[in-house]
Amino acid sequence: MIQFLVHEKADNVGVATVDIKKGEKVTGLYMDSQKKVEVKALQDIPLGHKIALTNLKQEGAVIKYGHDIGRVVAGIKTGEHVHIHNLKTRRW
Amino acid sequence: MAKAKNPKVFAYRRENGRVGIRNHVVILPLDDLSNSACEKVAHNVKGCKAIPHAYGRLQFGKDLELFFRTMIGTGANPNVAAVVVIGIEPEWTNRIVEGVAKTGKPVAGFSIERYGEFKTVEMASWKAKEYVQWASELRREPVDLKEVWVSVKCGESDTTSGLASNPTVGNALEKLVAMGGTCSFGETSEITGAEMVCQERAANRKLGEQFMATFNAYQKMIDDNKTDDLSGSQPTKGNIRGGLTTIEEKAFGNLQKIGKKISYVGVLDKAEAPTGKGLWFMDTSSAAAEAVTLWAAAGFVAHFFPTGQGNIIGNPIEPVIKLTANPLTAKTMSEHVDYDCSAILRGEMTLDQSGDNLIQMLVRTCNGRLTAQEVLGHEEFVLTKLYESA
Repeated sequence: MIQFLVHEKADNVGVATVDIKKGEKVTGLYMDSQKKVEVKALQDIPLGHKIALTNLKQEGAVIKYGHDIGRVVAGIKTGEHVHIHNLKTRRW
Repeated sequence: MAKAKNPKVFAYRRENGRVGIRNHVVILPLDDLSNSACEKVAHNVKGCKAIPHAYGRLQFGKDLELFFRTMIGTGANPNVAAVVVIGIEPEWTNRIVEGVAKTGKPVAGFSIERYGEFKTVEMASWKAKEYVQWASELRREPVDLKEVWVSVKCGESDTTSGLASNPTVGNALEKLVAMGGTCSFGETSEITGAEMVCQERAANRKLGEQFMATFNAYQKMIDDNKTDDLSGSQPTKGNIRGGLTTIEEKAFGNLQKIGKKISYVGVLDKAEAPTGKGLWFMDTSSAAAEAVTLWAAAGFVAHFFPTGQGNIIGNPIEPVIKLTANPLTAKTMSEHVDYDCSAILRGEMTLDQSGDNLIQMLVRTCNGRLTAQEVLGHEEFVLTKLYESA
């Protein structure tokens, strides 16, 4: 049983495939290599939302699909929820 | 990889050498005024199909060119065996007839002025009867799957699209292109946020610049006509609720449909036919029915349509194969879904296996399996209009 998926090796976020609860130790699957990874969720992560796989510094990049999908606007710890409160587009 | 390197399917070889997977006789109206006559013919003669639409009067310039390219292309599509065209007057009617006739397939035109609708319907019905009986004796023959041109576009996307259904399409496309197939993607406006990466996926620099010029022209059209700042609507509130944070993330999810490695070999105008094998970018709207109508007119004979929340679109001549990875959509809207790939989300199926399954569904569709959209009669034929008529 897995609780999140990761698109590629280079990604620093995974995507929840179930509703993840704060404090749960969750298992993710890399879709390119089929390797597994474990993370402790520090917050609730709803299905379809992103979980940080590493600590991310302010002004760093969130990588998903192997690509930069925006800049970190507030420091993120491994296992935290990544969304509009800490990630912003580089477009506007 | 797919089980066979280049699987065979049973399909129709047309006069011009192209391969079709359906055998439609279509009654094509030149204009809005002729929809009624076309529908009457389709009522009289079983086994043919009228394709009504809203335009064809007082269009001009590039918009008129696109109109004719779309109508002629629809008649010329290899899924169509024969065509009856009905228009209000003979000159533009004949322009469609002559365009379709270049394929070598049977086509005839009728015009309503100087005859009236009753007489026109009678004459066109006789011709339609002749074509339907002729087409009913055509037989499928074994052809290479690579000869089946496939277009792709997603709709009502959510996070399951980027995770599983779009990458499934990308995996299948990589296999089809490796076989020597011809495929196309588009949705110019929904590449916003990943346009630099899409530019890099071009086979050469010149082509990448051509893509960017096309992309920028579409952006300019949106900028010129928008009444508010799009930053508030992309990603949509629904996208954000579903976990999508930025426009870049949404665009990269969309681009999963073209796989990870394939380069596109050309940039096509709307409804323009590709001139060789490989993956082609077509400049299209992101509205599903408009885009699929343009691909059908360019000669594509099957369409992969991944959906998250459940777009139910179809097309009258190009079968639309629908897939979803959203378990809720697969359960609550199963009559619309041809392939459920939600097992990927449970970690029970790889993208490689899922791509193979989608190709298998394509093979079955080529061999005659009707898609959900065909059985439900979803035949959205929507012309792209560039500006007002004169």
